[in-house]
Amino acid sequence: MALYRDRILTVFSLFILFSFLTYADSNFGHYTLRILQNIAIFITLAVSYNLINGVAGQFSLGPNAFLAVGAYTSAIFTLSPEEKLRSFIIEPMLWPLSVISVPFAASLLIAGIVTALVAILMAMPVFRVRGDYLAIVSLGFGEVFQVLANNSMSITNGSLGLKGLYPYTNLWWSWGICVFTVFCTVRLVNSSYGRAMKAVREDETAAEAMGINAFRIKTFAFAFSAFFQGVAGGLLAHLITTISPSLFTFMFTFNLLIIIVIGGLGSTTGSIIAAILITWGGEALRFFEEPANLFGFQYDGVPGMRMVLFSVILILVMLFARSGIMGRSEFTWEGFLGWIKNKLSAMKV
Amino acid sequence: MDLLLDINGLSVFFGGVQALTKFSIQISRGDIIGLIGPNGAGKTTAFNATTGRIRPSEGSVFFCGQKITGWSPPRIARSGIARTFQNIKLYEDLSVIENVMIAAHSSVSYSFIEAILGVGRYSRDETRIKSRAYELLELMNLGEVASEQASSLPYGSQRKLEIARALALDPKLLLLDEPVAGMNPTETREFGEFLLTLRDNLPIGVGLIDHDMSFVMEVCDMIRVLDHGIPIAWGTPSAIRNNPEVISAYLGTDFNGTTVKHAKN
Repeated sequence: MALYRDRILTVFSLFILFSFLTYADSNFGHYTLRILQNIAIFITLAVSYNLINGVAGQFSLGPNAFLAVGAYTSAIFTLSPEEKLRSFIIEPMLWPLSVISVPFAASLLIAGIVTALVAILMAMPVFRVRGDYLAIVSLGFGEVFQVLANNSMSITNGSLGLKGLYPYTNLWWSWGICVFTVFCTVRLVNSSYGRAMKAVREDETAAEAMGINAFRIKTFAFAFSAFFQGVAGGLLAHLITTISPSLFTFMFTFNLLIIIVIGGLGSTTGSIIAAILITWGGEALRFFEEPANLFGFQYDGVPGMRMVLFSVILILVMLFARSGIMGRSEFTWEGFLGWIKNKLSAMKV
Repeated sequence: MDLLLDINGLSVFFGGVQALTKFSIQISRGDIIGLIGPNGAGKTTAFNATTGRIRPSEGSVFFCGQKITGWSPPRIARSGIARTFQNIKLYEDLSVIENVMIAAHSSVSYSFIEAILGVGRYSRDETRIKSRAYELLELMNLGEVASEQASSLPYGSQRKLEIARALALDPKLLLLDEPVAGMNPTETREFGEFLLTLRDNLPIGVGLIDHDMSFVMEVCDMIRVLDHGIPIAWGTPSAIRNNPEVISAYLGTDFNGTTVKHAKN
């Protein structure tokens, strides 16, 4: 019974979401639409990042690198041969790549797979030992990738970057992928695989004593999360239509880390809420950088003011809500309906 | 007699320290074998070397006729050796039922794609794992707290939960590291009875370490005594109780080198 009720409610809320998007698509301005797409991409990134950092408890600092790998892979696969000929002016593109051109959906899939493979290669040596080596290696990989992308002229066009990508990414693509990622992650976390990841996070020794191959489950979690980060990279590339090696800085990872910590490490719901709040909030706080006239005081607007406010908010969260918005709990219809019932009965009294 | 565990001349050296020297033990199906000794005698080291957490320096471990020395801990666990830990190692932030369900992970036959789509063997396996976990919790009298957080349980219940979790692995051999530590006398007696019924109802062997002598003497068929990593005695509870070497290991010797007399009841 409850299962059917939950399914109906989920489908219904997805219907509302997509109705809203349809409305937004035809009524909202370019700027708002761009923020909506950014929110979707950041939800995708945060939810998949939370899987490795929060659920499996392995401290990775790799999202910017995976984003870059995904962005480059999908861009290389969607650019038309003519466009490639035009862009690669210093050195011509490597042969098979220079003539390949696939549909956007296929390029996203390839981007995901390539990124997951890169993650597996990285995991091989790192997860053989315990400790925070993953953080160091994934952080280093981000820098290494930048150098590689700058120097392999015949694949990535070096520091010139890839230009003229067709803006395939629209509201539907970004939110479609976002919903798909959340769906896959939630289902995975609720299965035995998710439980095994949590067991490794809680106590690796005990997990191994219960027959869980910690190396394999950690590698799996890492590759799974990298897959979706790669796909998100593809989306991002076709949203901004120009990519270069210096685009994917550590700031991406840093922002995502803030998102998953504020949301509550290990909570998918928290990641989603925080991704929305921070992506949208980052834009909303621009208000404080604009000149204003406050009760006769002339405020000229300070560029960078929003970052100061942002830090203050972060410090407040660290002081008063250490486990984040959601802690480790998740959204359930059961809990939501109970909460509403409580509010209603409180209003009656 | 169905020989499960056969350890021969197992030695573990930590640098220059001999934590365990030429340790041998056999555990068959239906046995409850005790492993006792003063603090630092190498009891837990023996368990760790058996379950693959420590690589032994010498000797071999056979389980069900297979040489398992050098296998990884998860592989040994999957082959049928479940253990509990001296300093309880639960998945503290997870619920009680999840703790037990995790041990069934190796019996899961569905792939992650089936899990995501919720098709194929997924629902059947999940139902099986969940009902089995509830069964085990009922068995350990933890049914009512199934959805509570594991770390919120009182100490004695945490021990029981650890045993329920070990049983969820469907082990052939159960290694219990101080199972009744922290339990009160009533709980200890109940646990002893539980262990005996378990042995009678399931085709398993049990190895256990404990400092509660009356409990060990009560439930064990045979006892191995260790002191400073060296096996000093092997015998039935009554033989061990009167073994002068064992008494001197526990109580020490007086100035003349003779064993200190221990008060008999």
